[in-house]
Parts: sequence; C-alpha cells; structure tokens
Amino acid sequence: MTDVLTAKMPTKSAPKADQVSFLEFEKPLQRIQHDIAEMEREARESGTDLTADIRQQRTRFRTTMRRLYSNLTPWETVMVARHPKRPLTTDYLKTVFRDFCELHGDRTFADDRAMITGFARVGGHKVMVIGHNKGKDIKERMECNFGCAHPEGYRKALLKMRMAEKYGLPVVCLIDTQGAYPGLGSEERGIAQAIAVNLMEMSRLKTPIISVVIGEGGSGGALGIGVADRVALFQNSFYSVISPEGCAAILWKTAEKRKHAAEALKLTAKELTKLDLVDDIIPEPMGGAHREPETTAANLEKYLNTTLDTLKRSRLDTLVNRRATRLRNLGNFFEDPGETEKQAKPKHPRKSTSRSSRLNTGPARPRTASA
Amino acid sequence: MVDMAASEEKTGVPAGLWTRCEICEHMIYEKELAESLHVCPECGHHRRVAARTRITQLVDPDTFEEFAADLRATDPLNFKDRIPYPERIAREQEKTGEKDAIIVGKAFIRGRAVVLGVMNPAFIMASMGAVVGEKVTRAIEKAIDENLPLVLVTASGGARMQEGMISLVQMAKTSSALARLDDAGGLYVVVATDPTTAGVAASFASLGDVIIAEPKAMIGFAGPRVIANTINAELPEGFQTAEFMLEHGFVDRIVPRADLRRELARIIDFCGK
Ligand SMILES: [Zn+2]
Repeated sequence: MTDVLTAKMPTKSAPKADQVSFLEFEKPLQRIQHDIAEMEREARESGTDLTADIRQQRTRFRTTMRRLYSNLTPWETVMVARHPKRPLTTDYLKTVFRDFCELHGDRTFADDRAMITGFARVGGHKVMVIGHNKGKDIKERMECNFGCAHPEGYRKALLKMRMAEKYGLPVVCLIDTQGAYPGLGSEERGIAQAIAVNLMEMSRLKTPIISVVIGEGGSGGALGIGVADRVALFQNSFYSVISPEGCAAILWKTAEKRKHAAEALKLTAKELTKLDLVDDIIPEPMGGAHREPETTAANLEKYLNTTLDTLKRSRLDTLVNRRATRLRNLGNFFEDPGETEKQAKPKHPRKSTSRSSRLNTGPARPRTASA
Repeated sequence: MVDMAASEEKTGVPAGLWTRCEICEHMIYEKELAESLHVCPECGHHRRVAARTRITQLVDPDTFEEFAADLRATDPLNFKDRIPYPERIAREQEKTGEKDAIIVGKAFIRGRAVVLGVMNPAFIMASMGAVVGEKVTRAIEKAIDENLPLVLVTASGGARMQEGMISLVQMAKTSSALARLDDAGGLYVVVATDPTTAGVAASFASLGDVIIAEPKAMIGFAGPRVIANTINAELPEGFQTAEFMLEHGFVDRIVPRADLRRELARIIDFCGK
C-alpha cells in the first residue's frame, strides 16, 4: 500500500468523515485537513476565535474533494477501490444484510476464510450471500490471505449456491479480490478447475444471481463468483482482466507504467458500462465509499432490494435463458472478408435458431459434468 | 495471465535444415521432425506445434473442413501498449498466416466424425479474446447441433489483455456454452498441450468429460513467477506439469503425441459417440 499516506490526525475535533488515510492524489485534502487542525489547536491554546476561518477551510475541503472526485483517473479509481478503510463484505453483512447465518466449509477440504457464505435477509428478501473477505486487521487479513481465495473457497461458494437453488433463494455475490490465491496449495487443489466449474454451473443455476463488485474485481478470481443476471459495480470500484501493475509488467516491461495500464484496460464502472459488460453503477458518497459508510450501505441495500424485486418477477426458465443468451453474445468481431475497422462497425454474433440455442431448462437437479 | 514472452521466442520456426532440441540440445533433421510429429527422437520432448501442423497430425487425410475461418479481432478498447493492438494483430497474422489463435472445423479421426478446435501457441501465445471465445462457442454449438463429439486441443497463455474485460468474460461465455453441450449429453474431450494456463485453464480446458494431456505440458492457473514471489521460495520440480496435474487428480490420462489419434478414437467409442 505505497500510495496511502497516513495523515497525522487530530484526535478530537476533526470531522468524523475525514478520519481516514489520504491517498496520493488527495494531498491537497491532506494539507487543508492539516491547516484546520492547526487552526483548531491555535484557537484552543490562545483562545482566539477562528470559527469563521475554520468554516471557510471546511468549505474549501469539500469543494476540493468534489473537484478531485468528480474527475478521477482510472488509476485514482483503483486506489480508491483498494482504500484500506473501504467497506468490506463483513461490513455489509452487518449494515446491509440482517440475520446473517454463516455457513462454513466446502465439505471436502477446508473453510476458506477468503470467501464468506451464508443465509441472510436484505430488504424484503431472503438470500444466499457469497462474498470475498479481505479482512479488517492484520490478523484477519493473514487468515483470509487478503481476500485471495483458494479452490475450496470457490467450491464452498458453489455448494452454497446449489443449496440456494434448491430452496429458491436468490444469490447475491459481493466481489472484492485481487484475484485467486497464487500458491502451491491452490494449484495442487485445482484452482483453475474450481473457477471453471463455477462459471459453468453459475451459467445454468436456476435461481436469480446478482453480482456486485464492491471494491476490486480482480480477474478470474472475481469472475469465479461473477456470472449473474445482473452485474453491478460501485462507482469507484473496478473490474479488470489483470491488475494494472501486472499488465504494465508484461506489456510495458515495467510496473511503473501502471497508470497507463489502468487507463488502457478500461476497467472503471463507466468504461465497462460503455462496453456493455456492466448493467448498473451503484453511487458512492462524495470522496468514496469509506467517507460515509452508512450512505454507501444504504445505496447497496436499495439496489439489491429493487433488483431482487425485478428478478423475482421473471419465470426461472426465462431468467436462465436470458442469462445464457447474454453470455452467448459477449464480444464483437469482424466476420465478412475484407471488413475492416474503417468500413464497418463490428457486429454482435447472429442469434442462431439452431438446436444449440434452445437452452435446456429442465428442473433443478444435481449435476456432474459427465456425458 | 501468464507471461510467456520468454518461451514465445523459442517457438519461432527454425530457418535451417537442422533444429536443436530445446531440452537435450540434440540436433534434429527437419524432415525427421515432421515424421516424429515434432517430438524429439532423443529425449521425447513434445515441442509446440502450429495449429495447422497439429490438425494434419490428428485428422484423417483431407477430411478437415474449417468453419468460422474469417473471424477477426476488432479493437474494442482502442488499446495501445508499445504498439497499437490492430498492428499487433496484423503482425501476428503476417507471422503465422492465421487470422487468430484458434482453428475450428469438422474432421474425421480414424473414421469417427468430430468437431475439432486447435489453439495456436504461435499467435500471441494463443491468448483468448473475443475471436477465440466465439470460435470455441461455435465449435461447441456445432457439436450440439450435429450430435458430434467435441475435441479441443488447448494451449494458451491466458486472456488477451489487449481486449481487457471482454477477454475475461470469454471464460464465462465458453463455459456457459459447455453447460449447454453437457445438458444435450454431448461428449467433450480436452487435449491439454504446452502451455495450458490462466484464463483458458480456468474455463473450457478444465471442463472436459475426459481430459488428456501431452507429456510434460505445462498446465496451471497462475504464472510460476507470480507463485514463486508469493511463497518466496523456489517451485518444486515438476510443478504445474501434466504429470503434476495427473497426480493431483485433474487430468485423466497422459498420452504421447504419437498415440493421440488412437486414444481419441478409443474414448469416442467408449462413450458411444
Ligand atoms: Zn530432446
């Protein structure tokens, strides 16, 4: 976390919302915050009335924040999405969801703390909630590998989703991970296979699925719980095929180019909406989710409640068909000989009327991938 | 994403009449190489082969009918790293004579009709963008429509970064199509070849009803360098090989290249297809 400058915080009089670490691009805010603290100290020590000046500085703080945040670069968005104080799945389990009943374990190997699963209520709905857990403090972060799940995490997620399917509960996935855990055990226990099976099974799961990227949407580790009827991103979250650092290291041969990479990858909510990969953007308070966690939680709750209302109105087979058709049509390409970027707009693949496009929607049943 | 740049350089077509084995340094006569299916006669090293060569090796002579041959990449992100993405595509097309990183078609293997897809490690490390995703999906749909077994020969460095999230979601697109093949009762055989990694490993390459691998092929999810950095130690010998995957239960059979035709025919027969 080299980009986070921890501010020396005055303990008493600072506005609550500002008790956060400042990011690199927030230096102007940090300076104003510092000035306010100085004035408050001076007022206290000398008894001078500086109320008007302090109020002025507070206004300046807010206008500066609005200026910075209304025009975040992709790299700045990445930093906000990774902010150490950003609300996590475990926060939303307390603020957005009620009556959370955790269900541990994949029944095969272990209980991966990087993936939290269980029953919960949100708005007027009972759901199965699945979420990456990055951890609050250093101890918890070590236990859950900073939100990087092992195969057993993905298998646990699928097991609970199948249970949701069986009992007619919609599934809500909260995505917040750098990616699946890159380690020996992860490879030995088949991380690639675990993710692949989730993609296949989520595509035909007979219950509504909503996936929300609440912070970092890191590659296959994010997609492994990301196949859904509705995909939403928080305003300052991001979703990417590779981290900007990783992309820079491979394509530019230096991690220094991470800002370029963040720009090039089109990983922000706005860009991904333009590419038709994201359905909804959930707004965040000015200055990012962490500055007003209550407002952030309220926005998520509202989104989930209304989206669940909508999805539950569809027949299950219609829903699953629509999900599969949408997955079928992801991505553009040229097909006619001689067609080039200048001559024609790339097209969506044709909707086929063949047998393969008539999707099987039989009753829910246990599945094995055997022919 | 696995950075394969270093090994990519090794796959260049040798210019002379002789070529050196990358493993044992044995000098192999070009003609002999074709006869041995690009397997080193000295040490048995299975060299990477271009998709067209692979197809010739696998199918009955003159039976391959390609489809979706004209699909070409767009530039959805306007992506430019050291060179613009369309220029990179043009260079790769020039270098390989292919339009993208996979060839799909219908063919016969020992008289059995199949839908066959073969990835081309020489084309941007057979990375998966929208074209690979669409061609794999069409191959799956052809297998469903015509009730044929599907054989995919996989090799890939992972998702194609230059297509950003569009490349990532191809994992879901292909896996969803395979769910439909599974629902239709279709047979799907994977032949994992060197290297089958990252986004392709974490989607269609891991979803075969039967998964075959070539000896010593690299198969895995995360890049070895990334893992070595995470664990801050050297990786054990044989890590992320076909043999490692077999030992840990993720590969059904390791089959030398010379036996692939026979083995595929056998599996198709067992499944009654
Ligand atoms: Zn050799």
